[in-house]
Amino acid sequence: MRRQLLLKDINVPGIQFYDVYRRQGGYTAVEKALRQMSPEQVTEEVKLSGLRGRGGAGFPTGLKWTFIDRKSGKPVYLVCNADESEPGTFKDRYLLEHIPHLLIEGMILASYAIGANTAYIYMRGEFRWIFPILERAIEEARSAGFLGNNILGTGFSLEIYVHPGGGAYICGEETALLESLEGKRGNPRLKPPYFPAVMGLYHCPTLVNNVETLATVPSIITMGGVEYARIGVGKSTGTKLISASGHINKPGVYEIELGLPVEEFIYSDEYCGGIWKGRKLKAVVAGGSSVPILPADLILKTAKGEPRLMTYESLAEGGFQTGTMLGSGGFIVMDETTCIVRNLWNFTRFYHHESCGQCSPCREGTGWMEKVLHRIEHGEGRPHDIDLLDDVAKKIEGKTICPLGDAAAWPVSSAIRHFREDFEYHIKYPEKVKNPKHFEIEPLVPRRHLETA
Amino acid sequence: MNTEVKHSSTFSPATLDLVKRIIARYPAGKQKSALLPVLHLAQAEFGGWLSTETMDYVASLLDIKPIEVYEVATFYTMFNLKPVGKCVLEVCRTGPCMLRGADEIIEHIERKFNIRDGETSADGMFTLKTVECLASCGTAPVMQVGDHYIENLSCESLDEILDRLRAQQEQKAS
Repeated sequence: MRRQLLLKDINVPGIQFYDVYRRQGGYTAVEKALRQMSPEQVTEEVKLSGLRGRGGAGFPTGLKWTFIDRKSGKPVYLVCNADESEPGTFKDRYLLEHIPHLLIEGMILASYAIGANTAYIYMRGEFRWIFPILERAIEEARSAGFLGNNILGTGFSLEIYVHPGGGAYICGEETALLESLEGKRGNPRLKPPYFPAVMGLYHCPTLVNNVETLATVPSIITMGGVEYARIGVGKSTGTKLISASGHINKPGVYEIELGLPVEEFIYSDEYCGGIWKGRKLKAVVAGGSSVPILPADLILKTAKGEPRLMTYESLAEGGFQTGTMLGSGGFIVMDETTCIVRNLWNFTRFYHHESCGQCSPCREGTGWMEKVLHRIEHGEGRPHDIDLLDDVAKKIEGKTICPLGDAAAWPVSSAIRHFREDFEYHIKYPEKVKNPKHFEIEPLVPRRHLETA
Repeated sequence: MNTEVKHSSTFSPATLDLVKRIIARYPAGKQKSALLPVLHLAQAEFGGWLSTETMDYVASLLDIKPIEVYEVATFYTMFNLKPVGKCVLEVCRTGPCMLRGADEIIEHIERKFNIRDGETSADGMFTLKTVECLASCGTAPVMQVGDHYIENLSCESLDEILDRLRAQQEQKAS
C-alpha cells in the first residue's frame, strides 16, 4: 500500500465521531498550530507543502491564503466549497460523510491562518443525510473546546456553520457560491473587482477552499510542509483523491501519491482493476467532465511516448492538442463500446442545463451545441455539423465571465479532435446510430493516433 | 423575524424556532442568506413543492421581497414549483451514470408508470424527475429519494425498490 494521508483512518470503526478521531491523533495539528505557531507560520507551512487546490483549478493553496486582505478592518470569512457537482467527482462526499472531523480540523487551521472567526461549509443540498453528520461533528468539536470562543485558551475564536445549496452546478464556481450564500441566484461575479480575497462574502475578504484541500492541511501541519512536499513529483506534491467511475471493475475513491502512472491506476487491482467485461479501453476523461477527453493511447502515454503520470504536469503534457488536465480528479473511463458522440451530447446537455444564463456565448452556445449533438447522435446529422460544433465551441471559449463556458467548450473541441471518426460514422450511417447501443453491437475501432513512421 | 404572517398553513413552532436559529448563523441584516435553507424547510413542510403562497410566506419571514424568493426558487433545481407525487424519484442522467445504464433505469420508470420526465404516476405516488450529476458516479446508476441516495441501481432491483417505497408511503399514510 502506498502512503495515505486523508484516508489512512477511513476504515477505523467510528472514525466519524470525535472520540475515535481524537484517539487516532485528531486535532493535534490544531493544538500544535494554535499553541506553537503564528498564523503566518501556518500559512508558510502550507506554502512550503506545494499543496494545490483540489477542487479542480490546482492553484497553489498557500499563495491563495496570502491574498486575503487582513488590513481592511472588515471581518474575514472562510468558506469551504462542498458543492461537489463536477460530473465524475465524488471524493469530497466521501470525506464529508465518513471523516467530517478531518475537514473541521482543516477549517480551524485555515481560519486561524487567515484570521477568520466565522466559517461556512457550503454543501450541495442533495447531500441531505450528511448535514446531520456534519452538524453533529461540529457540536462534538465545540464540546471538546476546538470550536467556539477562546479555543484552547489562545484567544482565537471560530464558529462553523453548514449551509445547503439548492441544486446548481455553477455554485461550485467560487464567486457564484458566494452569491448563493448571500441568498441569491448563483450568477458568477466579475473579477475584478470581485476577487473573493478582497471583495468576497458580504463584500468582505473571503477564502474559498475545496473540502479535500482543507482536509489536507492537518497532515501538512503535523508533518511539516517540507516533508509533505517530498511526496509526489515536481510541482505535483502530496496525495490526491481520485474518483474513478465508468467502465472499470472497481469504481470508487482512491488516494494516490501524485506521480502514479495512469496505466497502473487503470489496470492495477489496487485501484480500478482494469476495464470491465474484459473489454478494451477506448477513452478517459481524467479530471471531471470539463477536461479534454483523451483516447486510450494518449491517456496511457504522452505524444512523446513517455508514460503518462497522475500529476498536474504530466496529464497536461502536450497542451490541449494531445494532453488534458488533472482537474478535480474525476476519472471517467470508457470502454470500446462507448459512443463518444452520445457521451458528449450528454455532457453538453449538462452544461446547457447548468449555464446560469448570464453570458450569451454560454447561454446560447451550450444550447446550440446540445441541439446539434442531439441530431448527430439520433441519425439526423448533416455533413457540415462537425465543423459547426467546433466553431460554436471556439466562440464560447474564453468569452464568458466564469469558466463554465470553457468547461462546456473543451469536451466538444477535444472529442472532435480525437474522435472525428465517431462523428463521421454517425453522419454516414444514420440508420445504424438510431439504435442507442450502436457501438455495443459493432464497436468502432478508433484510428491509431499520431502514427509516426 | 416576523412570525405574524398570513399563510393558510404556517411552519410548526419547532420549525419556526429552527428558522430563527438559521437566521442567527449570518451577520445582522444578512438574513437573506437564510433563504436556501428556509426554502428547503418550506418544501419539506408544505407538501414537497413551493407554491407562490409558500414563497410569499418565506419572503415575509425573512423580510425580503417576494421577487427575491421567486428568482431564487426558479434558479435552483431542487425546488419543485408544481405539485409532486409522494415519492420523487430523482434519477441521475449525467455521463458516468449513463455509462452504467441510467438510460435504461429512466425508461423502465417511464414505461412502468406510463409517465415522462417531470410527470407523476396516475395514483399520485411517484414523480420522475431526472437530475444532473449527484456525485455518486462510483455507485452508478443512482437516484435520490427524499433524504437518501439509492445506489447501484439495476432494472431488476428497481421494481423491488419501488414496491418498498410504495409500502413505506402507504404505511406512513395509515
